[in-house]
Amino acid sequence: MSTMTREETEALIAEVLEVYPDKAKKDRTKHLAANDVSVEQSKKCITSNRKSLPGVMTIRGCAYAGSKGVVWGPIKDMIHISHGPVGCGQYSRAGRRNYYVGTTGVDTFGTMNFTSDFQEKDIVFGGDKKLAKLIEEVEQLFPLHKGISVQSECPIGLIGDDIESVSKKATVAIEKPVIPVRCEGFRGVSQSLGHHIANDAIRDWVLDKRDGQTYESTPYDVAIIGDYNIGGDAWATRILLEEMGLRVVAQWSGDGTIAEMMNTPKVKLNLLHCYRSMNYISRHMEEKYGIPYMEYNFFGPTKIVESCRKIAAFFDDSVKEKTEAMIARYQVMMDAIIAKYKPRLQGKKVMLYVGGLRPRHVIGAYEDLGMEVIGTGYEFAHNDDYDRTIKEMGDATLLYDDVTGFELEEFVKRLKPDMVGSGIKEKYIFQKMGIPLRQMHSWDYSGPYHGYDGFAIFARDMDIALSNPTFKNLTPPWKKVAEEEVKKAA
Amino acid sequence: MAKLRQCAIYGKGGIGKSTTTQNLVAALAEAGKKVMIVGCDPKADSTRLILHSKAQTTVMHLAAEAGSVEDLELEDVLSVGFGGVKCVESGGPEPGVGCAGRGVITAINFLEEEGAYDDELDFVFYDVLGDVVCGGFAMPIRENKAQEIYIVCSGEMMAMYAANNIAKGIVKYANSGGVRLGGLICNSRNTDREDELIEALAKAMGTQMIHFVPRDNAVQHAEIRRMTVIEYDPKHKQADQYRQLAQKVLNNTMLVIPTPIEMEQLEDLLMEFGIMEAEDESIVGKTAADLAA
Repeated sequence: MSTMTREETEALIAEVLEVYPDKAKKDRTKHLAANDVSVEQSKKCITSNRKSLPGVMTIRGCAYAGSKGVVWGPIKDMIHISHGPVGCGQYSRAGRRNYYVGTTGVDTFGTMNFTSDFQEKDIVFGGDKKLAKLIEEVEQLFPLHKGISVQSECPIGLIGDDIESVSKKATVAIEKPVIPVRCEGFRGVSQSLGHHIANDAIRDWVLDKRDGQTYESTPYDVAIIGDYNIGGDAWATRILLEEMGLRVVAQWSGDGTIAEMMNTPKVKLNLLHCYRSMNYISRHMEEKYGIPYMEYNFFGPTKIVESCRKIAAFFDDSVKEKTEAMIARYQVMMDAIIAKYKPRLQGKKVMLYVGGLRPRHVIGAYEDLGMEVIGTGYEFAHNDDYDRTIKEMGDATLLYDDVTGFELEEFVKRLKPDMVGSGIKEKYIFQKMGIPLRQMHSWDYSGPYHGYDGFAIFARDMDIALSNPTFKNLTPPWKKVAEEEVKKAA
Repeated sequence: MAKLRQCAIYGKGGIGKSTTTQNLVAALAEAGKKVMIVGCDPKADSTRLILHSKAQTTVMHLAAEAGSVEDLELEDVLSVGFGGVKCVESGGPEPGVGCAGRGVITAINFLEEEGAYDDELDFVFYDVLGDVVCGGFAMPIRENKAQEIYIVCSGEMMAMYAANNIAKGIVKYANSGGVRLGGLICNSRNTDREDELIEALAKAMGTQMIHFVPRDNAVQHAEIRRMTVIEYDPKHKQADQYRQLAQKVLNNTMLVIPTPIEMEQLEDLLMEFGIMEAEDESIVGKTAADLAA
C-alpha cells in the first residue's frame, strides 16, 4: 500500500537526520523507523519513552499535565487543586474539552481552576498549612463537591510538602475523599508518567472505598475506561454499548464521577479505549478483583463493528443479538456516509502525530473513507503502543517517536501528504505550507469522533479540511519549484 | 571610604561560627569599622550576642506576616546592636518543612534591592548554616556577593573534613566568579598539636590558618549574658584574641582559589598527627564472629 519502499523510507530517515550532530543523530535514529509488519515486538525496530534531546522542539507535556490534565481533570464532581504556583493550573484550565453535564461551580467543577497560588513565603515555610486552609474554604464555598484531589506542581516535590498527611486529616474533617497526587512535573520523560502516577493514586485512595458494600449489579455491567469525552466522545460510545444491552456503570474519566470510579470494581468487564493512560488501573482491577479488560476501537465503522462483536462475545446471546441488530441498523447510515464522502476523499494521504491512542486508532476510520495513513507517531508512547501500531500500518510506512519539529516538517515536505492530523502547535506551520491540518487532540473544537455518530462528524470534518478551497490558493514551496520549472521548460 | 568588603563564614555545624563571627564583628566595630551581619540560618542565632536578644525577628517571618517580601521596608528587618553593628536574619522554616535555601535567596535579594549595602558600610558578614547543602546556602558566595570566605574549623576529623568539602564548593564559584578563600579560623577544641595540624591542612589546601582562637570559658560566660567577650569583658585576654583576628582579617591579602585535597591526603594528614590510625583493610566488612574465628 505504501508509496515508498523500505529502502526509500530508510534513506529518507537518514537524510533528514544528516543535519544533526553525531550524538543527536545516534539518539534520534532509534526513534525513527520504517514499519515492518513482520516483527512482533516493536522494540526491535523503534525506541520510545526516552528523554527528549535538549535543543530540539518536542511537544511533550509533563507529569502534572498527565495527571491533572488527562486522568483526574475530567472527574467532574471533584475539585482538583493545582498545588503550587498559579501558572500550571491557570494555563491548563479547561484546555481539554472534556464535556460534562452539570452546573459548573455548584455540583460540577470541570472548567474551573483551583490553586494554592504559591508565594515566596509558601516555598520557604512550606505550603501544607495553606493547603489545609484551601480545603476548608473549598468545603465551605462548594459544599456539593464529592472529593478533592491535590495535584502536585514541581515545587511541592522540592520542598517536601507533606500533602499526604494534610489529605488524611482533611478526609476525616470534611468526610469526603481528599487524594494527594505526587505528579510533580519534573518526574519522568513526558506526561506518560503522570498517567501512571494518577492511576496509582486512584488505586490507593479511591478504588477500594466501596469494597464489601452491597451493590445491585447486573450481568451486563461494564465500565468505559480511558475515554475523556473530548467533544462528547464518551457519550457517543455509551449509546452503542447501551444499545448492545450493556449497562455502563462508569466513565473513566470524561463526564465521570468519583462514585462511578468506586463502583467500577463491581463491573463484569472493563472496556479500555486509551490503553496508554489507563492500562495500569485496568491491570490492577484484573489482578485484584478478577475483572478482565478488553481493548476496543470506536473510530470508523470497520473497527466499531469489529470491537462491538468482540465485546458482545464476552456476554450472552441476548447481547450478541442486540449487537448484530444495532450493526445492521447503523450500516445503512454508514453506507450513506461512505457513499457521500469516499469519492471525494479516496486516495488522499494522511500523516499523523498525536498522543495516547489516536496514532493507531484512527487509521481504520481514514481507511473507511478510502484514505491512507502514510506516517504515524506518538508523543509519549511506550513500546507496547508501537507493538499495537505495527499491524495497523502499511509495510515500510514511516514511524516516528517523540518526533522533533524539524523532523516532522522535513518528513511532511518529502512525503507530501494531502493532510496532517496533529495538534495546535503543528496546525499553522503546516497550513502555511499549504497542507490542511486537522487537530486530532481536540477534534479542532468539533466532535465527537467516537462511535457511529462520531464517524459522521469525522467524515464531514475531513472533507471540510481537504476540500477547503483556501489551500488551492496556497502553493507549498516544493510545488513552487515545480511550477517554475514548468515555466522554464515552456 | 574603602570599598565594602563582603565576607562569608562557613564551617561544620556546632563549630562556633556564630560566636566567632559575632566576636570578630564586635572587635571590628570597636576598631571603628561599620559592619553588618546577615544571618543565613533558619535558626536565626547569628545576631543574638550583638543584639542581646534571643532571636531577632527575621526577614522571612516578617514577609510571611506582611504577605510578601515586597511589603517590607528595610527598617522593619534591620536592628542595630553593639558598636553600631547592623543585624539582619534571613530566617526560614522550622526543621522538616519548606525550603530554607530559598529563604536565604529571598532575604539576600531583598537586602540588595532595598539598598541595605550602603556606602557607609565597611564590612558585611554572612553567617551561613553548617553545610552548603543546596544552591540556597551557596547564595552568599555567588557573583557580586561575598568575595572572601573564612572557614571555621578545629582539629577534629569531621570539622576538617567539612572544611575541605566547603573548599570544594568555593572552587566551583571561584572559577565562575570572584570569590576567594581568605583562610581557616581555628576555633580550638584543645586537641593535640591542633595549631600545627590546621596549619598543615591550610597549607595543603593552598590557604592559611589566619588565626588560632584558643579555647576559653570567657566565651561561654559572655554567651550566657548574650554578649560578645569584647563587650562583656573587654580587658579579658580572650577579647585580645578576637582583636588579633580582626586585625588579621583587616590586613588579609592572601585571598586564594583553594586546592581542596583528596580524601586520602586528608587521612594521611590525620595519621601523621596521630588522630587516625592506619586503616587495616583486612578487617573491612568482617563481623565480630568472623574476626573471632
